[in-house]
Parts: sequence; C-alpha cells; structure tokens
Amino acid sequence: MAFRMRVSTGSAAPIHRQIRDRVCEAVHAGDLQEGDRLPSVRALAEMLVVNPNTVARAYADLTRDGVLEGRQGKGVFVARRRPVYTKAERLRRIGEPLDALVNEALFLGIEPAELRGLVDERLGRLEEGGR
Amino acid sequence: MADNEIVIRARGLVKCFGKKAAVRAIDLAVPRGSVFALLGRNGSGKTTAIRMLLGLLEPTRGSSDVLGVPSRAIPPEVRGRIGFLTEGHPVIAWMRVEEMGRFQSRFYPGWNEEIFRAVTGHFRLDPKARAGDLSRGERAGLCLGLTLAPEPELLVLDDPSLGLDPVARRSLLEALIYSIRKEGRTVLFSSHLLSDVERVADHLAILDEGVIRAHCPVDVFRSRVRQYALQLAGEPLRIPDFAGLLQTAPAAGGVTVTAVCEGEGPPEALLKLGARVEEVPISFEDAVLAYMGTRGERRMFPAVPADRPDVEDAA
Repeated sequence: MAFRMRVSTGSAAPIHRQIRDRVCEAVHAGDLQEGDRLPSVRALAEMLVVNPNTVARAYADLTRDGVLEGRQGKGVFVARRRPVYTKAERLRRIGEPLDALVNEALFLGIEPAELRGLVDERLGRLEEGGR
Repeated sequence: MADNEIVIRARGLVKCFGKKAAVRAIDLAVPRGSVFALLGRNGSGKTTAIRMLLGLLEPTRGSSDVLGVPSRAIPPEVRGRIGFLTEGHPVIAWMRVEEMGRFQSRFYPGWNEEIFRAVTGHFRLDPKARAGDLSRGERAGLCLGLTLAPEPELLVLDDPSLGLDPVARRSLLEALIYSIRKEGRTVLFSSHLLSDVERVADHLAILDEGVIRAHCPVDVFRSRVRQYALQLAGEPLRIPDFAGLLQTAPAAGGVTVTAVCEGEGPPEALLKLGARVEEVPISFEDAVLAYMGTRGERRMFPAVPADRPDVEDAA
C-alpha cells in the first residue's frame, strides 16, 4: 500500500483528527483506492504509537462520513464514493466554512474578485492533481 | 464485565508527612480499559498518590479500592494481576538480565517469557549483561520487561519516562501500547510529559499541590479548554472576569482569551462585548499549561462521578 501516515503531538489538531485528515487526503490523492484495506485499529495504533481508542475514533468518524466502510470480520476498507448527506445537508455543512471564509476575507480587506480568484486557483490545482 | 467498571477508585485520600500534606484531596475513578494519565509537576503528589492506591503507603485519611478490593489489604492473588513500575527503575545490580527474568518469573504463574524477551530485545538488552551496568534507558527496559511479562490486568507506572532519552521513551510508549492489545487491560501512569500523554492517554487527571484539579476523558478536556481571539475596532478591549476564564493575553489587534467553556460556542461573557470573536485552535500542551497556569486554585471540571453500586455490582 502506497499509504504512509505520521501524526505529531503538540499540534492544534487532535491526533484522531490528524488520522482522519491523512486518510481523506490519501483517498482524494488516489493513494488509497476504493476497496483498499486499511490497517487494523491495533496495527495502526502500534505503527503510530498512539492509543487504539484514538484510531478507533478516527475510523468511526471516517465510516460515518462514508469514506471508509467496515466489513464484518474482514476489516476496514475504503468505501465507494457516494454522497452520504442529502443535498440540503451538504449545503448546510459547506455554509459554515464559507461564512467564515467570507468574514475573514472582509476582515483582511481582500476584495470579492480577488477571493473568487483564490478559490478558483485552488479548485484548478485540485483538478490537475486528480488527473 | 461492565464497560463502565471502575478498576481504581479513591475517596478523599489525604497523606501528611509530619505537618506537611503531600496529598490533600484525591478522588479518582479509573475505568477499565482506559489509559489513564496522572499529570502533575514534580512534587505535586503523584508518587504518594500511587503508593497509597497500591497499598504501599497508609493514607492519613480516606480510602481506595483496586480491582474490587481495599488498597490496604490486597490479597496476593489480586496483587499478581497488578504490574507496578516504580520510579527510578531499581534493579538488582549483580544479576544478569536473563537471571532477573528467571527470578521474577517464579513469583508469577502467568509469566510470559516471550514478552520478557520481546521487551528487553526492543530495548536492545544483552541477556548476559549485568543489571548494574545498564544505562538508565536500558534499566527502564529491563524493569518494563519484568513488569509486562506477567501480563498484568492493571499496569501502574510511576513516571516511567523520567530521565529517558527520546528513543528509550518511544520504546516505552510502544511497549505500553503493546501491553493493552488485549481488551480490558488498564494502565495508570503518572507523567509530566504532555506529548506522551497526548499520544497514549484517553483519560487524565491533573494533580496540583496534592489536589486533583481536573478528571475527565482527554477528548473532553481538549474540547472544553478553548482559545478565542477577540478584535474590536477602535477601543482597547477589557475582558471581564467570568467563570471558566483561564488567561488573557494581548494579541495583534486585540486580545486572546483562554477559557474552560461549557457549551459549543464562545462563552456568553465574550459574546456580550460586541467584538469579533473567533476560535483559535490550541494544542493539548497549551491547553494544559493554561489550565494549570494563573488560576491554580479553581476547579472547573465536575468532580469524580459518585459511586454507582448498581454498576459495580454488575461487574
């Protein structure tokens, strides 16, 4: 598996969130593909030298979000990508960070056009990376 | 066994040495299956507390139970289910590493030689080396091997990483994670190393000058100790005192406030100021330091949950 992971202490992000983010990144970057099996909770806990409950929590969050799926007695796998939330719920969820983004831009004196440009730039980068 | 079974419970433990109180008030409830960190600075009473919990020191007042029996009278069969790694890692200097293993194994019917070899091997110990010639880190490895080989159901470690180099410290944490691979194993360890606590602990108690000042799951602690940046155009901000306030610090264009928060959002007292309030994520270390910092006398997490006979009976 081309999938490597590290976590660090002293970060503002709790370790379970670091694990969750790393897995999401790996899935988006294609390092982890649909159907790939993840290390067991215990194996990953030993690999990262963290409490197994922390790994279990990250896996539970990822499963709830539809990124991973548990298969009875077989382990945890990368799930098929599918929208787990309704359209309305997805819009609600993206609304919060969007509000924060717009507020921050206003506060920092970034013009609307400039902000749109920055967002487009990042989306462009993502599309290139995904090919 | 009930999930919420408590394996160590202390009620109002006090220990005085002469006129000096080393431990002033300890209530503790360590759930089965947890990795419980007892955090505190040097001299905060961690060792005294642990020795009382294990029945090695008589409390001046209060009482405690371990694995369902009173600490002051732990029968040998229960003691055999407890592994205790003492501070400083004492060894018998003239014995060789393998001899110490053999010697210790006589006292434990469930001795697992494979674990002893794995742990001492992990610390790269030569089985023929004399214990007295080992370095500090190697001695810790030997003691850890001796403590883990009987596969204790409850593992208690008193400041295990004290004085260890980073490599030995990591090995120790690895061995600790390995020791809880089976369900229902419980670890209580004292430490002042916040990065170690962040890595392996799921519950914490903060001990300060002999008093427990926080006692909760690590996640709860992290989610409730929060930092907010406040900005108000024009006038300087004055932060009023409010319940939960830990620290205020001037920041670029405003004030940074650290507080123990009750609800989801910022504390009411901050919202009322009419300033822009924004959460700034902070590390576990910063959260603990803020908590232990300026307002030392306050207790802001609820006390230890009361005894629940219904749960304990079921266990």
